Amino acid sequence: MDSPDAPTIAAPVASRPAIRTRGLVKRFDAVTAVDGVDLEVRAGECFGLLGPNGAGKTTTIEILEGLQRATSGEVELLGLPWDGHATELRARIGIQLQETELYDKLSVVETVRLFRSFYPHPLEVADVLEQVDLIDKQDAWVEKLSGGQKQRLAIACALVSDPELCFLDEPTTGLDPAARRALWEILRRLRAGGRTLLLTTHYMEEAEKLCDRIAIMRKGKIIALGTPSELIARLGGEQIIEVGSEPPLPAELFAAIPGVVACLPDPGGFRLTVHEIHATLPLVIDELRKRGARPSRLSTRTATLDDVFVELTGTSLGADEAQAASVAGVHDAKSRRRKPEVAS
Amino acid sequence: MTFSQGPLAQLFLARWRELRREPGVLFWVFGFPILLAIALGLAFRNRPPEVATIAVVDAPALSTTNAPATDVAAAIDAVDGFKARRVDAATAAELLRSGRALLVVEPGDPPRFTFDPTRAGSRLAEIAVRDALEFAHDPKARMATQENVVTAPGQRYIDFLLPGLLGMNLMSGGVWGVGWALVLMRTRKLLKRFAATPMRRSDLLLSFMLFRVVIALIEALFLILFGILAFKLWPRGSYLTLAVLVSVSALAFSGVGLLVASRAQNSQSAAGLMNLVTLPMFLLSGVFFPAGNFPDWMQPLVKALPLTALNDALRAVILDGATLAATAPQLAVLGAWGGLGFAIALKIFRWT
Repeated sequence: MDSPDAPTIAAPVASRPAIRTRGLVKRFDAVTAVDGVDLEVRAGECFGLLGPNGAGKTTTIEILEGLQRATSGEVELLGLPWDGHATELRARIGIQLQETELYDKLSVVETVRLFRSFYPHPLEVADVLEQVDLIDKQDAWVEKLSGGQKQRLAIACALVSDPELCFLDEPTTGLDPAARRALWEILRRLRAGGRTLLLTTHYMEEAEKLCDRIAIMRKGKIIALGTPSELIARLGGEQIIEVGSEPPLPAELFAAIPGVVACLPDPGGFRLTVHEIHATLPLVIDELRKRGARPSRLSTRTATLDDVFVELTGTSLGADEAQAASVAGVHDAKSRRRKPEVAS
Repeated sequence: MTFSQGPLAQLFLARWRELRREPGVLFWVFGFPILLAIALGLAFRNRPPEVATIAVVDAPALSTTNAPATDVAAAIDAVDGFKARRVDAATAAELLRSGRALLVVEPGDPPRFTFDPTRAGSRLAEIAVRDALEFAHDPKARMATQENVVTAPGQRYIDFLLPGLLGMNLMSGGVWGVGWALVLMRTRKLLKRFAATPMRRSDLLLSFMLFRVVIALIEALFLILFGILAFKLWPRGSYLTLAVLVSVSALAFSGVGLLVASRAQNSQSAAGLMNLVTLPMFLLSGVFFPAGNFPDWMQPLVKALPLTALNDALRAVILDGATLAATAPQLAVLGAWGGLGFAIALKIFRWT
């Protein structure tokens, strides 16, 4: 087995992908959860896997982590396949799973020490706790931690192996905004430390803030791939006008306005993608006036990844999420379980 | 890396901390067996022999020369441990049927005895009452005997029962303690998280078995102390032999626990499986009555059960002072359960 830093064998870090998959497929009986995914994650980058619940993100990441076997297709991590290299790969990656509940009665430091014992070249417990800002909570029992602190502990358990590659599956789901921002700060530091991160999320804002590159998944397929700005540029316009009218007017009317690149339905009206707000907005208002309609809603903003998602799928990620969450509320309360962070 | 920093020690410590920091669990592990033993101890404490009721049918005497009901009743009352109850024929039949009377006597010439010969107490009562009536009829008929009353430790029912209770506790503790904790770890996705690390799979299972050995030794110590204090039941064999036996049995039952927990996806199905495994042993393995009571064709099955092996060995060591070598066959059965349980569980264990 070649050591990662043996100069004669290892390819230059930049040219060897940290993760490479070809035609990844995972079927559960009748359901195809992952449907032909080709991915390449470069060493040192923060890669975001985006999509609504049920898009196949978790299945994909669990195949990459070696926790599930693909029905077909190839996976290579750090240049190695799982077959025959499982123990080595497990020692070189760090993992945070979506739903792990650690031992309630163990303290923070005891938990990290336990995970540390599994790895051949681990980091010191105190260093890891410092990286996730849990030093002052190190003697608290896990059951006493807030949701955000629990997530940070889960990340500490992933980091203690000193991994080259880190998998984080929805690390901020269920956290309040303050806790989410605190976690982003930690993830930024990790990235700056040179580790490769693969992050799944269903928050577009999070992906925009943290990721170098993003793959958007839907129904088991990757439907878009690129840097956040590339994806936004793909909209054809970088500005959004959100408009609604009373009485409602048909979409074709707005689509026909010069300068409107796309017109997509939105709750309470439409989202118009435009190049230049100052040129197009007066035309939109003229159009309303001409039809004798009153604007029930009118606002402008810069396009985000969420607009990319709407453009690609015709539905808002937020809408999908709300729907999925109401289902989850009945079945497993997946995204609601964590305790809200208490701002400290 | 020193041993205490190693995975086996850390996994063991995690189990220990979980238990120590959960007072409720401590009660179920240590307090409950003692309470059970106390309850059974009260039920089987030494007390005067029970007075058995003999129903005497109060019919009009057919002949004045025959002993009338009064005389029969007096003769029965004179016997230690028996008491006559004079009733009409229907009530007598009812008392016999319900088990409240051991025997029905209809005074007459000859007196008529009605009883169920498959009930040991009834047969003894029949002999005693016949003897008493003969003696009343002819005082010279009584043979002089000496009675020697025995209540020494080793021959009472509680002496039979306590090793059985110890065995039963070791079984429940092993199967439930190991199985339940593992299934909870699975439902909490902690097993899945461990599976994503390079931790050796056997380390986790082994940590559970070793932890169980330690807990079993403490449990056994408590129950044996209880036996000594409450019933003066001093083990006749060596404590070292007992410790080895308890340890090997802990491996056996935690092996069973591992098997039970190896596939179960939720706590309900795990609980069902554990009952399925432990209930037959409660009944078949000689906890409350000797396992030898079951028919011969069942004996190979009964003897292969780990609890039967443990109970036999515990009774041999505690009551008869058997050596470790003498319990080799039982140790072999227990060792096989532990070893096979561990090996099979390791193969079929579901981590996600």
